[in-house]
Amino acid sequence: MELDPLLLSRIQFAFVVSFHAIFPVFTIGLASYIAVLEGLAFKTGNPVWLKLSGFWTKVFAVVFGMGVVSGIVMSFQFGTNWSNFAQATANFLGPVLSYEVITAFFLEAAFLGVLLFGRDKVPAGVHLFAAIMVATGTFISSFWILSANSWMQTPAGFELRDGVFHVTSWSEAIFNPSFPYRFLHMGLASFLTGSFVVAGVSAWYLLKGREKEANRKALSMCLWLILFLAPAQAVVGDFHGLNTLEHQPTKVAAMEGNWETSSNVPLLLFAIPDQEAQTNRFEIGVPSLASMILTHDWDGVVPGLKDVPREEQPPVAIVFWSFRVMVGIGTLMILVGLTGLALRRGGRYFQSRWFLQVLRVMSIAPFLAVLTGWFVTEVGRAPWLVYGIMDQASAVTPSLTGGMALFTLIGYIVVYALVFSAGIYYLMRVLYVGLEDRPDEDEHEAERPARPFSAAHVPFEYGDDEHRNPAGQGGH
Amino acid sequence: MELFDLPLIWAFIIGFGIIMYVLMDGFDLGVGILFPFAPSEGDRDTMMNSVAPVWDGNETWLVLGGAGLLAAFPMVYSIFLPALYIGVFLLLAGLIFRGVAFEFRFKARTSRYLWNWAFAGGSTVASFAQGAVVGAYIQGFETVNGAYAGGALDWLTPFTVLTGLGMLAGYALLGSTWLIMKTEGRLQEWAYRITLPLLAAVLVIFGIISVWTPFVDDLVRERWFSNLSVIWILPVLTLLCAFQIFRSVRNRFEGMPFVATMGLFITTYLGLVVSRWPYVVPPEYTLWEAASAYESQLFLLLGLLFVIPIVLTYTAWTYWVFRGKVRAGEGYH
Repeated sequence: MELDPLLLSRIQFAFVVSFHAIFPVFTIGLASYIAVLEGLAFKTGNPVWLKLSGFWTKVFAVVFGMGVVSGIVMSFQFGTNWSNFAQATANFLGPVLSYEVITAFFLEAAFLGVLLFGRDKVPAGVHLFAAIMVATGTFISSFWILSANSWMQTPAGFELRDGVFHVTSWSEAIFNPSFPYRFLHMGLASFLTGSFVVAGVSAWYLLKGREKEANRKALSMCLWLILFLAPAQAVVGDFHGLNTLEHQPTKVAAMEGNWETSSNVPLLLFAIPDQEAQTNRFEIGVPSLASMILTHDWDGVVPGLKDVPREEQPPVAIVFWSFRVMVGIGTLMILVGLTGLALRRGGRYFQSRWFLQVLRVMSIAPFLAVLTGWFVTEVGRAPWLVYGIMDQASAVTPSLTGGMALFTLIGYIVVYALVFSAGIYYLMRVLYVGLEDRPDEDEHEAERPARPFSAAHVPFEYGDDEHRNPAGQGGH
Repeated sequence: MELFDLPLIWAFIIGFGIIMYVLMDGFDLGVGILFPFAPSEGDRDTMMNSVAPVWDGNETWLVLGGAGLLAAFPMVYSIFLPALYIGVFLLLAGLIFRGVAFEFRFKARTSRYLWNWAFAGGSTVASFAQGAVVGAYIQGFETVNGAYAGGALDWLTPFTVLTGLGMLAGYALLGSTWLIMKTEGRLQEWAYRITLPLLAAVLVIFGIISVWTPFVDDLVRERWFSNLSVIWILPVLTLLCAFQIFRSVRNRFEGMPFVATMGLFITTYLGLVVSRWPYVVPPEYTLWEAASAYESQLFLLLGLLFVIPIVLTYTAWTYWVFRGKVRAGEGYH
């Protein structure tokens, strides 16, 4: 059997980038949340805010650390597996990614140290400033990386000379047509992710009856955020979709599972796209609704997949179904926000056990929504890397063999499985220990100012069961 | 209108970034290499504490190196990484394991030995891979039309194995002299004891590499044995640094062995640079041929001149906060 380096490289990139993406999308939202908590603590002096901030900073440290190590891998993927792409696009992507390093990564690294270990070393105002700087760093980072991605989706501000992209306008290239929508959509997604995780963890503590005051406050804040952000996300998503319709009509056709360009296109609730036969099977849809949503006119014309040759169509089923999962989760989020509002009178939202259970389960929902959303936008632009100009096949490293690509693919899967299962286990331990003030069972450890994980002084038994914990650690 | 020779400026910037990375991540990788041989588990705690607050900042320079190469010399980025494909994977896997070991080891109790090995093994593999990259650069790459055209393991030769071992020994020496500076008591005693044997190993391996290198390539031989006799000052300075390490360890100086080891690295590095200058993808392409577009180099340079001084200020401040000796069980407070 011939191993295809192109297919294996695509699988490898999808794997390492999906794995990486779940960490920053959480830390962007969480960093802002921590900055808000620090600000409230600074302003009101209420110790509850400090307690919450301290706890979520521990979680932040672990998640941020996993984002860092998986991110180092990303900065070399373009060169190892996509060297023709790197060579062709370096004039734009090189400076943009370098700006990300010098304006964001160094900022985060420096001030994270102060945030984690500086509470007793610097004045409270400086500590708050550090929290704000870390949050700012995560936003600057997402600004550059989303600009780079959006430029690949809707390239602008360049001219091609001998197959190499040359930038003619930096402002047009950086602020390319899809960038504002993608940046806003991801920003809201990060806040929603942070909100749902904090809400889910607080709900879990409330179910166990732990730290009621702090967790009620946290839950209340999150439910207000969700109430406003989830519908806002739907609106922004709609604008993002309209922008995609203008610049990448084939992607929209795949999202809708629409093969023929026509008016009165139904919104499909269910279908099994059959790319071989260039049609759908088992369609269930609402007549003309897709036309209405996309063109704001019942008779509007929606582009079809058959407008482009078969080899320029993306894998339709993945895009079609990922889009439905994302929208479905988004709808659930809006419902959660409204339910929270309905239960607010008399504080029923923190007493209703079924609602708290729903929140607990929903804490993983934003990650699924973010991943499926990225599947839509990334798979949906296939076979293009730079949309309409450079396809995947001409971007792959020419010297790469199937055997080499398979070796590193398996390698990354094994390394990530080992390291990140340990990391997730450790994160669970942090959550398990929770917010309670506990006597320091380990002075030695409490003194240790390592970073980025080590603000979390929790004993860790890799591969050990909960009940086998040495009793000496006590406290929980 | 090209007012400045930007590729030349960028060659200096990238060159500066590389030596910053080598010196800064070098000592914390070296501490990892020495880890299994430490006198006791408590000493291992202290060793790890001595680098814990700064290692991730040090590795950010590697990320900057990757992104900076893509921005300024995309041909280097898109030839080196495919050519060193397997080596790059080993380097990254090593860095991941040692990076997480910093945290997991202090949380583990029964399984602590696993993270000891992850830290030592990851540091060793990453260091060896970096040395092999240097050797592969001296060897040169097989290219066709600006793209790598060789096989997956072309980089793995007796010469690159030797440069890999050289880097291992060199980083271990940086690690041991760092420990002399940052620790005291039994651990410092041990660091003093291993420094001179490590220095001997470094001199032997670097010596073999120096004798071997001119035979790897005609141009390198010509560079050293014909017109430019002034560059012989570099190996002389290297030997002076080595002597300084020897003398200062004998005299029980605490800071000087580390400083002199950095000097040894810098002079060796400069010797390497002049051997191949101005080729960045030997034997074919010079730094001017590998450069990105003028407007791209300019756009990034303008930001860099403004931001990098601020970044260097942060970095210096971090080292200032964590200055002084690390004591067992005490951390940095």
